[in-house]
Amino acid sequence: MTSLVTSPTRTLTYREAIREALQLEMERDANVILMGEDIGDYGGVFKVTLGLLDAFGPERVIETPIAEAGFVGAAIGAAIRGKRPVVELMFMDFALVAADQLFNQAAKLRFISGDQLRIPLTIRTQQGVGSGTAAQHSQSLEALFMQIPGFAVALPSTPSDAKGLLATAIRSDDPSIVIEHKMLYASKGEVPEGEHLVPFGQAAIRRVGSDLTLVSYSRSMQTVLGAAEELAASGIEAEVIDLRTIMPIDWDMVLESVGKTGHLVVVHEGHRTGGVGAEIAARVAELAGADLRAPVGRVCGLDIPVPYAASLESAWLPQQPDVVRGAKRVLAR
Amino acid sequence: MNGNSLLSAFEQMLTIRAFEERAEQLFYQNDVRGSVHLGIGQEAVAVGARAALRAGDLVAPTYRGHAYALAWGMPLFAAFGELFGRAIGSNRGRGGSKHFADLDRGVLPANAIVAASLPIACGTAFAARLDRREEITLVPFGEGATNQAVFHESMNLAVLWDLPVIFLCENNLYSEMTPIARMSRNVDISERARAYPMPSAIADGMDVTAVAEAVSGAADRARRGEGPTFIEAKTYRFCGHMAGDSEPYRTKEEVAEWRNRDPIDKVRRELQEKGRTSGELEAISQTVSTAVMEAEVAAREATLPSVLDIGLGAANWMEVER
Repeated sequence: MTSLVTSPTRTLTYREAIREALQLEMERDANVILMGEDIGDYGGVFKVTLGLLDAFGPERVIETPIAEAGFVGAAIGAAIRGKRPVVELMFMDFALVAADQLFNQAAKLRFISGDQLRIPLTIRTQQGVGSGTAAQHSQSLEALFMQIPGFAVALPSTPSDAKGLLATAIRSDDPSIVIEHKMLYASKGEVPEGEHLVPFGQAAIRRVGSDLTLVSYSRSMQTVLGAAEELAASGIEAEVIDLRTIMPIDWDMVLESVGKTGHLVVVHEGHRTGGVGAEIAARVAELAGADLRAPVGRVCGLDIPVPYAASLESAWLPQQPDVVRGAKRVLAR
Repeated sequence: MNGNSLLSAFEQMLTIRAFEERAEQLFYQNDVRGSVHLGIGQEAVAVGARAALRAGDLVAPTYRGHAYALAWGMPLFAAFGELFGRAIGSNRGRGGSKHFADLDRGVLPANAIVAASLPIACGTAFAARLDRREEITLVPFGEGATNQAVFHESMNLAVLWDLPVIFLCENNLYSEMTPIARMSRNVDISERARAYPMPSAIADGMDVTAVAEAVSGAADRARRGEGPTFIEAKTYRFCGHMAGDSEPYRTKEEVAEWRNRDPIDKVRRELQEKGRTSGELEAISQTVSTAVMEAEVAAREATLPSVLDIGLGAANWMEVER
């Protein structure tokens, strides 16, 4: 279940909630530093870090050249020496420019060293389609970070989770990536004041149901919750699980729900082949195959690059009717 | 270098040479797994650099990094233990020859991706600068690394942020198995520093004193807060890129010519000029051989890492069971 909310809440945007987590963690621990492109006066291209340079100064909010491998590597070195860098990668796609530093270095140096060091590094980035950013600025690459052991991977779908998951990431002694969604920054929700931590590996049930389990995360949660309402209108009660982190995954919650419903559909923007849904389908089949009354369904981004035109981009993205159709197909088998 | 420093450098260079010669033999005997990248002939670079730095200064070596780990004080037992994949190895058997690490002594994990250690070294230096610590990070790399993108990114960052980092290029003329002249139109490696702009120096990498002087100047600058320096140490590896390299890319005559410039022989001559007898120096040589042999024997007899502990150093949310 979601963490118990004890402090009062107020409405914030996803963007404001992330900024609040950064500010609170920077106030709490002088070793927390921010690094990234245009994150100072400009506040980052999505304005998440706006005002933090003024508040904390240039030794805490460090603007970097356009050199993703270079500044991710520098963050790793600083982390080894006790800093807690929070690196903004402007677009998830740019993680591929820094891939060696992320996957060969950050993900492995603690292990290679025989446990002599820690890398408390947080990568913050955003991904996803919806604004016509085309194939090199729209990719959902979370499955890469799930496949290569090294990073905890969080994908908040709400402002509250955006704050709580980021705070957890910053306090973690191992590398984490918090993947925001570019279409969620203006979304609003209730966010606890003050310290708010959402632990990794704890999914949230966003809707209770008994006929079918829908598992998703990030912006797709909106699509899935819409689909669940549509299904309810035709008498199908879907249980909706927001994974919140895909590494680690809250298998207990997924399996418990599937044990109840016997039907599972995974929904995400990332490509289907080799994606998060493939892992969930395989694991559920391995661990709870007997509970399944039908094969697991997947509703995902198409296995082609993301197109630019609005009509094409919209067709590429799993939409509410796709989820409804996917759910009914699984229930019909 | 004064007489005592030179004597200490002599002993370190002999130790590194003896260790690496054993490592090569052990590889051919199948006692060492994977690959072994040796720097036989390049010992003056690591030892000269160490002599110019202080306790607490860091080094971020490459996979050709045994010399740096040993010069920074990693025990021979831990080094052999790592080659043999033993629980008492420097990295508890998780890294092997390419990854020697000893954080307590300032040795960051040696890196097996060419040039990947450069931005990481900028980061450790950055942390020292933020914390106002007088700590320097030395990052050695081959001339082949200067063609990697992160070389450029790191040089730029280091100058931009006035980082206390020393870029030490071991120019041994060959980027793995290819002459550098076939991979770059400008083989005057130190010239690249001008672009950033970063002060640079060229040192005779076969002369431990020359390397120490160059690194000492760079260290002074770094400790004064004046930022990074690029040093090109012109050197040569007498062995191949890795154990088992057939070396078709160079002539036996060229190797023999460089072997005549053996940095250890040079130090031995200098010590004799300073009044050390050949008997004294031979005794040091014997002591080193014995220490290396004893460490090898003890490491070989040490236990293997426990399979129950295979997840050592994995994050707590990683799954260790199959």
